[in-house]
Order: sequence, then C-alpha cells, then structure tokens
Amino acid sequence: MIEVEHLTFGYGHGAPVFQDFSWSAARGEAWAVLGPSGCGKSTLLNILAGLVKPGSGAVRVDGQNLNRPRPQTGLIIQDYGLLPWATVRENARLGLRVRNYYGPDGVHAPKDYTRTMDVEPWLKRLGLLPQAAQFPGQLSGGQRQRTAIARTLALRPDLLLMDEPFSSLDAPTREGLQRLVLELWHETGLTLVTVTHAIEEAAVLGQHILLLNLPPNTHPQIIENPDILQPGYRESDEYVALCRSLRAKLEIA
Amino acid sequence: MKRRDLLLATLALLFIWQIAAMLVNQPILPTPVQVGAAFIEEMNKGLAGHFLASLWRVIASTLLSILLAAPAGLALGQSKRANDFFAPLIYILYPIPKVVFVPIVLLFLGIGDFPKIVIIFLILFFQILVLVRDQAAGLRPELIRSVRSLGAGRMALFRFVYLPASIPGILTALRQSVGTAVAVLYIAELFATQKGLGYYIYLNGNTLFNYPAMYAGVVAMSLLGLGLYFAVDWLERKLCPWLFVS
Repeated sequence: MIEVEHLTFGYGHGAPVFQDFSWSAARGEAWAVLGPSGCGKSTLLNILAGLVKPGSGAVRVDGQNLNRPRPQTGLIIQDYGLLPWATVRENARLGLRVRNYYGPDGVHAPKDYTRTMDVEPWLKRLGLLPQAAQFPGQLSGGQRQRTAIARTLALRPDLLLMDEPFSSLDAPTREGLQRLVLELWHETGLTLVTVTHAIEEAAVLGQHILLLNLPPNTHPQIIENPDILQPGYRESDEYVALCRSLRAKLEIA
Repeated sequence: MKRRDLLLATLALLFIWQIAAMLVNQPILPTPVQVGAAFIEEMNKGLAGHFLASLWRVIASTLLSILLAAPAGLALGQSKRANDFFAPLIYILYPIPKVVFVPIVLLFLGIGDFPKIVIIFLILFFQILVLVRDQAAGLRPELIRSVRSLGAGRMALFRFVYLPASIPGILTALRQSVGTAVAVLYIAELFATQKGLGYYIYLNGNTLFNYPAMYAGVVAMSLLGLGLYFAVDWLERKLCPWLFVS
C-alpha cells in the first residue's frame, strides 16, 4: 500500500530528516510511527498525505507516485480541523461537498465517485446523532475528534493517516477513541498509520511500530506487535513489556 | 439585547427629551409629540423621498464596499507576500478620517449620487478590507491542511473555508462603521445636492427655520442609522448562528 524508496528530505539547509530512507506498509495493516519531537514523524505523515513533496526518492501509495493529496487518503489531525461555523452534520459532509464540487475527476475525488451527501450512518456509528445540529464550539474534545473521524470515513478512504490524533484529550476519552479507531480499522479493512509521541498509544494502535530517531533517519526500526486486537491486551504482560522496551529504545536514541 | 429593555430605553429618552423641551420652552426645542406630528406630516410632504435618497446611498455604497473589499481582504489574507506589499499603504490610509476627503471627492465627481456613494465607500472599504484580511490570515494552518486533505484545491478552499470565514469580518466592519458612514453622509449631503436627509435637515433648520420639520429630519436620520445597525445585528444572527451558542 505504502512504498517509500530511498527518500531523502530536509528543511532548508539543515541536516536532512530522512536520508536514503526506505520503508513499506502492506494494505490493511495498522502502523504506529513513534519518536521524539523533531524526529520527522509528522514530516513523514505530511509526505504520505501528499501535502509535502518528497525531496528525492520515490513515495508511492497504492502504486501511484504522490504529487498532491490523494482522494482515497484520509487525514486526522490533533486539533480536529473542523469549520467553526458549520454544525457537526455539515462538518461531516464537508469532504463530500468538496467532492461534489469538483465531481469525479480522479484528482479531487475518485473517478468512480457517485455524488452523495449521506453521512447519517457515520454520525450514528460514531454516536454523534444527538450532537448533529450543534457547532464545534459546543462539543467536547472527544466529540470534535469523532466528528473529524466521521468526516474522513464518509469519504471511504483506503488509507487513514492520523497525526497525534488524541494528544489533547483526557485519558478515558483517549482510550475510548483508540478502541473505536481499532474497531473501525478492523471493520473497514483500511490501512492505518498513526503518528504519535506517546509510547502507550503506539503500543495500542500499532500492529507494527516504526520507531524514528533524531535526524537523519536512514533505516526503519520496526517492532512487531501482533496482539493489538486481543481482548484485554491493554492490561496484558505483553503490552507492559512492549511499552518498557519502546521506552528503553527511545531513551537510548 | 432584549426588546423590553430597548423599549424602556426609548421611553426614557423620550421622557428626558420632553422634560428638556418643557424646561427650555423655546421653538428651537420642540417636544417629542410636536416632532412626532411633524414627522408624520413631513413624511407625506417629501421627507420620505429624502429618507429613501439617503438610504439608497448607504445601501449602494455598502454593497460596493463589500463587493470590492471582501475579495481584496481575502486575497491579502491568503497571500503573505501580497499583504507584505500592501500593508504599509493600508496602514497609512486606514486611520485617515475619510470625512476630510468630502470636498476633494465633490470637486472631482461633482453633483449627484455618485460622489456621496464614493465617500461612504471610502469609509467602509478600509474597515471591511482590514477585518476580512485579518480574519482570513487568522485561519489556522491546521484547518487549511485538514480541508486540503479532504481533496480541496484552491477553489474549494475559497468556497468552503475563506468565503464563509469572511462573513463575520464583513458584519463586524459594518457594525463598527455604519454609524460613521451615516454621519459622513450627513456632511456630504450638505453640498451639491437637493436630495437626502442632510440637505433636508440643513434646509429646514438654517433656511426655513421650520424647527419641528428639522427635528423630524434628525429623527429620520437617527432611524436610518439605527435601522442599519439593527439590520447588521439581524444578519449576524441569521448568517453566523455559531457565534451565539454557548
């Protein structure tokens, strides 16, 4: 699904964030990208989202070179990115309105896209029907992020990118949303990439964990974490051991 | 603002006016009742026409300002480079009291509606430009990034983000400057016209010495300003409901 080959990328004249960096992710996998601030994890996500052009090397998603945002890729960010003047329902429809605006041109919307404004199943699935007529200013952080998720999933993406999606939420809300995302990932079969600086979040959301260090990143450090869907995983010894090992690796870096 | 409070405030003002008129006891300050009667009488005799002339000038210049200033503000707010280029010019022109341009505009544009429209336009244009620009520039980059990730290019960003984001700026600008606009309209209508409330008030007060009619004109001008202010209020509630939720 994702192929990064010999990527070299840097900002300005500073040291490159990635140097001859290669990494790939298969369709339907759940990846967490973990690393300290400044390690380049958000840069990697922006490149995968098509919002930042790779310097040299190739970045392909679903076999296509990325030059701009790809209509089948969804992006969830930390501060939700909701329109303050639109209700939850209108916000959830925004992606569809953008697609309807351009039509199925293959650039802004997939070529096989059929016009729709129906977001009700997603509002229902995400428990947002009671808030559908409210504005973002009236919602809790968790409800806002669920609105952003509904908006993205309404576009039926095959790749979902999340950039520190739950960092600003309190612990119970964060854990609830992590569970919800895992369920949605499992239901829809999409490929999931979550960028996070939180070790616990990487251990919960990453079937595979890509560890980045301070730049330049030259080769991917991958930690396997196959049990994330097991019931009670968060309380298991494997989870605790994984968190401990990830913490040790980050401290060494 | 509650309607009951507004009504009470109006009654209080009328009461103070009545007391003042009784104390002064001169033709230069008629009572509210006399002015009310004159207002109704004058409305049928031509005041309505002057009112409409002034109203038309304000509405035309408001629409013209929105039409030109909002897109310019949006463009400056979206492009840092364009804003860096124009910001010093706007910085110098923005605080100049536009009323001083009245004689110049009249000299160049002569008689008729157009120079008056231009004068109000000058006041509203800069106010809307600056507020819309700041509103567009203040949109969080994260919001833009997230909407771009939904597939939005420049056109869709404009349509779904920048355009709706500019509406509160336009309305705030109108709210702030509609009073000034009506005041300057009064000044502008003292010159080179025989239509409009400014002309009407001056004619009755300084030439015909018909004080109740003059006061009727003052009331009409106040109603014009108040009406516009209420209209902006109403529009804000209609167009920006999210600003009024708790």
